[in-house]
Amino acid sequence: MELLLHQVLAGLATGGIYACLALALVMIYQAIDHLNFAQGEMAMFSTFIAWQLMELGTPYWVAFVVTLVISFVAGVLIDRVLFRPIHDAPILSHIVVFIALFGILNSLAGFIWDFNVKNFPTPFGSRPLFGSGLISSHDAGMIGVTILLLVFLYVFFRHTRIGLAMRAAAANPQSARLAGIRVGWMIALGWGMAAAIGAVAGMLIAPVVFLEPNMMTSVLLYGFAAAVVGGLTSPGGAVIGGFAVGIIENLAGTFIPYVGRELKLTIALFLIVAVLLVKPAGLFGRRVVSRV
Amino acid sequence: MKEDLALTQELAARRLPLANVLAGWRPAAIAAGLVLIVLLPFVAKNFFIFQLTMALIYAIAILGLNLLTGFNGQFSLGHSAFYAIGAYTAAILMDQADVPYYWTLPAAGLVCLVSGFLFGLPALRLEGIYLALATFALAVAIPQLLKSTPLEPWTGGVQGVVIIKPDAPFGLPLNSDQWLYFFTVAVAIVLYVCALNLVRSRTGRAIIAIRENPIAASAMGVNVSLYKSLTFGVSALYTGIAGALGAIAVQFVAPDSFTFFLSIALFVGLIVGGVGSIPGTLVGGLFVLFVPNIAEEVSKGLAGAVYGVILILVIYVMPSGAAGLARLLAGQFARLRR
Amino acid sequence: MKMHKSWLFAAALLGGAALAAAPAAAQKKYDTGASDTEIKIGNTNPYSGPASAYGVIGKTITAYFNKVNAEGGVNGRKINFISYDDGYSPPKTVEQARKLVESDEVLLLFQTLGTPSNTAIQKYMNAKKVPQLFVATGATKWNDPKNYAWTIGWQPNYQSEGHIYAQHLLKNQPNGKIGILYQNDDYGKDYVRGLKDGLNGKMPIVAELPYETTDPTIDSQILNLRASGADVFFNVTTPKFAAQAIKKAAEIEWKPLHLLNNVSNSVGSVLKPAGFDNSKGILSTQYLKDPTDPTWKDDPAYKEWAAFMEKYYPDGDKTTTFTVYGYLVAQTLVATLKQCGDDLTRANVMKQAANLNNLQLGMLLPGIAINTSPTDFAPIKQMQMEKFNGERWELFGPVLTGGGGAS
Repeated sequence: MELLLHQVLAGLATGGIYACLALALVMIYQAIDHLNFAQGEMAMFSTFIAWQLMELGTPYWVAFVVTLVISFVAGVLIDRVLFRPIHDAPILSHIVVFIALFGILNSLAGFIWDFNVKNFPTPFGSRPLFGSGLISSHDAGMIGVTILLLVFLYVFFRHTRIGLAMRAAAANPQSARLAGIRVGWMIALGWGMAAAIGAVAGMLIAPVVFLEPNMMTSVLLYGFAAAVVGGLTSPGGAVIGGFAVGIIENLAGTFIPYVGRELKLTIALFLIVAVLLVKPAGLFGRRVVSRV
Repeated sequence: MKEDLALTQELAARRLPLANVLAGWRPAAIAAGLVLIVLLPFVAKNFFIFQLTMALIYAIAILGLNLLTGFNGQFSLGHSAFYAIGAYTAAILMDQADVPYYWTLPAAGLVCLVSGFLFGLPALRLEGIYLALATFALAVAIPQLLKSTPLEPWTGGVQGVVIIKPDAPFGLPLNSDQWLYFFTVAVAIVLYVCALNLVRSRTGRAIIAIRENPIAASAMGVNVSLYKSLTFGVSALYTGIAGALGAIAVQFVAPDSFTFFLSIALFVGLIVGGVGSIPGTLVGGLFVLFVPNIAEEVSKGLAGAVYGVILILVIYVMPSGAAGLARLLAGQFARLRR
Repeated sequence: MKMHKSWLFAAALLGGAALAAAPAAAQKKYDTGASDTEIKIGNTNPYSGPASAYGVIGKTITAYFNKVNAEGGVNGRKINFISYDDGYSPPKTVEQARKLVESDEVLLLFQTLGTPSNTAIQKYMNAKKVPQLFVATGATKWNDPKNYAWTIGWQPNYQSEGHIYAQHLLKNQPNGKIGILYQNDDYGKDYVRGLKDGLNGKMPIVAELPYETTDPTIDSQILNLRASGADVFFNVTTPKFAAQAIKKAAEIEWKPLHLLNNVSNSVGSVLKPAGFDNSKGILSTQYLKDPTDPTWKDDPAYKEWAAFMEKYYPDGDKTTTFTVYGYLVAQTLVATLKQCGDDLTRANVMKQAANLNNLQLGMLLPGIAINTSPTDFAPIKQMQMEKFNGERWELFGPVLTGGGGAS
C-alpha cells in the first residue's frame, strides 16, 4: 500500500512535467489549430537561455522573467517570420516546418552548449516536502505552478476579451475578421504565450531531468499524449491528462508483472488510445459539429 | 494541311497541360529513364548503388504512406511500425526458417496487410490529430515490443538479427549490390503500376472521395468504413514490403532502427514529394536518403540545423511538394506554348 | 689467378645476397587507403541524436590526430581522419561505413561508437576483410578472434567490470540484497550478465528494473528499488540517467551501497550535476587517470595530456574522462600503425593490433597496460576500484582483472 501511494505521488510529480508542457501545446493548438512539434525544443532552448543568464551571474528570478520575455518575443517572431509566408500552404506542409524547427533548435542548442547534462536550480529546493519521503518540495512546487498556469489560462480564455478574440480567430478566421479582430496578431499572440508557457515548463522540468539538448524529446511524447487525451481544446483536460499519464505509467511499470516494466510507455499510450476510442475528442474536448 | 494543324491544336488544347507538354516526349522519356536505370549499376560504384536502392526502398515506403494520408486523408505518424513489422518478418523468416528472400516479401506484405487492416478498424473512430496520436502510439510501441523479453526468442531482443544478402541467381555476372538493385527496381515497378491502377480505378476514386468529403461519399453509396480500413491495410502492405527490402539491403534489423524518427522521416519525404502524387514519392525517397548527408557535409556540428533550413526552404519554394512544383511549371510552360 | 676467381665468387655471392635482401628491407606494401604520404582512417560517431554526448570522443580523436600530423605523422605519413555522423541509428551506420570503405576508400575503421552500430557492420567488415579497430563499446562480444578476426575492442568489457563488482560484493557485503537499474539494451544487459555470472547465485537480486532512453525520468524505478528492500544498488545507466538516479536516491533518502558503472563515473558530466554531496560513497572502477584527481597534478603524463588539450582542443571539457578516453584510444591506434612500419596492408594492421605487448600509455593507471594476442582481442582487461569521497575519486585496492572472456 505504501508503495502504491509512493508511485501515485511519483506519478503526480512526473505527471506535473507532462501537464506543464501539455498546457503549452494546448495553448498553441487554441491559436493555430495544429500541434507544434517543436514546442518542446523551444522550451528547451528557453531553458538554456535562462541557464546561460544565470551562468553570467543573473539571479534566478531575474533570469526567469527575462527568459519569459525573450521567449514570448521569439514565439511571435517565429510566427511572423517563419509561418507568415506559408500561411496558405496545405496544413501538412506546416507540420514539416515544425519538424524543421525542431531540428534547427536541437542542433543549435547542442552546438552552443554541448550535450553534457547540466544542473538547473530550482526555486523550491529539492529536499523532501515537510521532511516526509513522499514527494520533494520541487515536485510539489511544480504541480502548484502548473495549477496556477491552468487557472490563469482558464480565466484568460473564458473571462477576458482578448482570450475570446483569440478563440474566435482560431475557430473562424473569416467571421472574426468581420467582427474587427486582427486575426494575424491573435495568432502571433498565441505563439508568444505558448512559447512563454513552454519556457516555464522547461525551467520547471530541467531540475528533475537535467538540462541538455535532448531533455524535452521524451517529455514531448508524453505531453502530446496528455494534451490529446485531455482534449486539445481544454487546458484543464490537458493537466488532468498529464497527471493521468504519469500515474498510469508508474503503476503499469510497478504492478503489471513481467512485461509492465519494459512496456510502460506502450501500455500508457494504448490506454490513451482506448480512451480516445470511447471519447474521440478527448476526455474533456468538445465534439465539433459542423454543417455539411 | 492547315485544317489538320488547327484540328491538332484544338485537340491538344483540350487535354491537361501536363499531358500536353509531355505527350510527344513521354515514350522517349520513359525509354531513356529505363536505359538509365538499367545501365547505372554498371557505371556507378557499389556504394552508390546501395544508396539508390535504399532511396527506392524509402520511396516505396512513402508510397504506402501516401496512399493512406495523401489519397485517403488519414494522417499517420505510425508507418515506422509497419516498416519494422515488414523488416522483422523478413529477417525472422530468413534467419530462423531459411526462407529464400523473395518469399519474404509477399509474407511481409501479407502480415502488414492484416495488421494494417486490424489497426485501421478501431482507428475509424478517430480523426486528424487524434488519429495521429493513435498511430504515434503504434510507432512507439513497436520498438518496445520488439525488445521485450517474451518475444526475444524470435526477435533477438535488443541484439537484433543479422541476415545475409542474397547473391545473384542463375550465376548472373552481377554482384549482390547490383542484383538487389535490379530486384528492388522490379518490385518497385510492380508496386507503382499497381498503385497507379488502384488510384485510377473506381476503388481509387472512392478512396479519394472519402478524403475530400466523407459524408458526401457515404451519401453516394461508398462504404466508408470498409474503404478506410482497407486503405490502411494496403498502405501498410506497401510500407511492409519496403521494410522487408530494407532489411535485406542493410542486412541487419534491430529495434532501435525503427523508432518514430523513421515515421517522421517518411512523413517529411511524403510532403517534399507531394501529397497525393505517386511519382512524387521517388523525389521524397531521394530527399530522405541524400539530403541529411548533404547537410552533414555542409556542417558536421550543425547538420540538424542545416537540414532544418533546407526543409524550410523546400517548403517555401514548393509548398505542395515537388509534384506541386511540377504541376505549376508544366502549367506555365503550357501557357507559354499557346 | 685462384684468388681472383674466389674473390669474384665471393663478390657475386655477396652481391646476390644483397640483391635478395634489399627488396625485403625497402619493401612498402599498401592496401587501399594507405600510401607514402597518408593513411586514411574512417570513423562513425553519434554527433546527433540520443547519444550525442559521446561526440566529444570523436572530437578528441580528431584533435589528437592533428597533433600527430603536426609532429610529422606516423612514420612520415599524415593521418586523414574521416568521421561521419550516424545518429546512433544502425541503418545509418551501415550506410556511413560502406561509404567510408567503398567511396572514401579508407584503410580501416577505427573507434566506431555504439553496440548496435557495431553489430550492424561487423559481418560486413569481416566479409570485406577491413579492420574494425578498437570499437567504442565495452560489449563482451568483440573479443571473438575465432569468428570475427577483423573486429577488436579496446576498453575493459562490461562483463569483466560486472565480475569485479561481484568479487567486491562477495568479499565485503556477502549478505547484501541487490537491486539493479539497467538500460534496456545490449550494453545494460551485458553488465547485468557480468554481475550475475560473477555472483554465481551467491547473493540474491531482489529487483532488476530496466529503463528506456525515451523515459524522461527514472524516478519510478528508484522508488521501486527502495521498496524492494535492496541495500546494494548496481547502477547501469548512461550519464544523464546516472545523474538522475543519484539525485533521486538522495532525495528519497535511500542510502544503499552504490555501484556505478564505469560508463558514467565522470565527475564533470555526472557527479557534478547530481551533486557532490549526493554522490559521496559511490563506488566504481577505473582504468585511466581521471583529470579531476589531484593525485596526478604533477604527473608528467597528465601534464602532457593537459598541454595537448590546451593546444589542440581548447574547447574540450577537461573535467570529463571522455577526453582522456579519446586521447588514449588514439594513442593506441598510432602505436599500432607505427608497429606496422611500411607494411600498411589491412592484414598486417590486424596482425599488429593483435600483437600489442605490454603497451604502456601514460594516462592509463599505473599497473595497467595494453596486451593483445591472436587469441586475445581484449586490449585492456584490468581495472582498479575507486570510491568518491565527496570531492574526487579515491582509488583503492589492487589492480584487478575481470574474468569476462570471449564468447
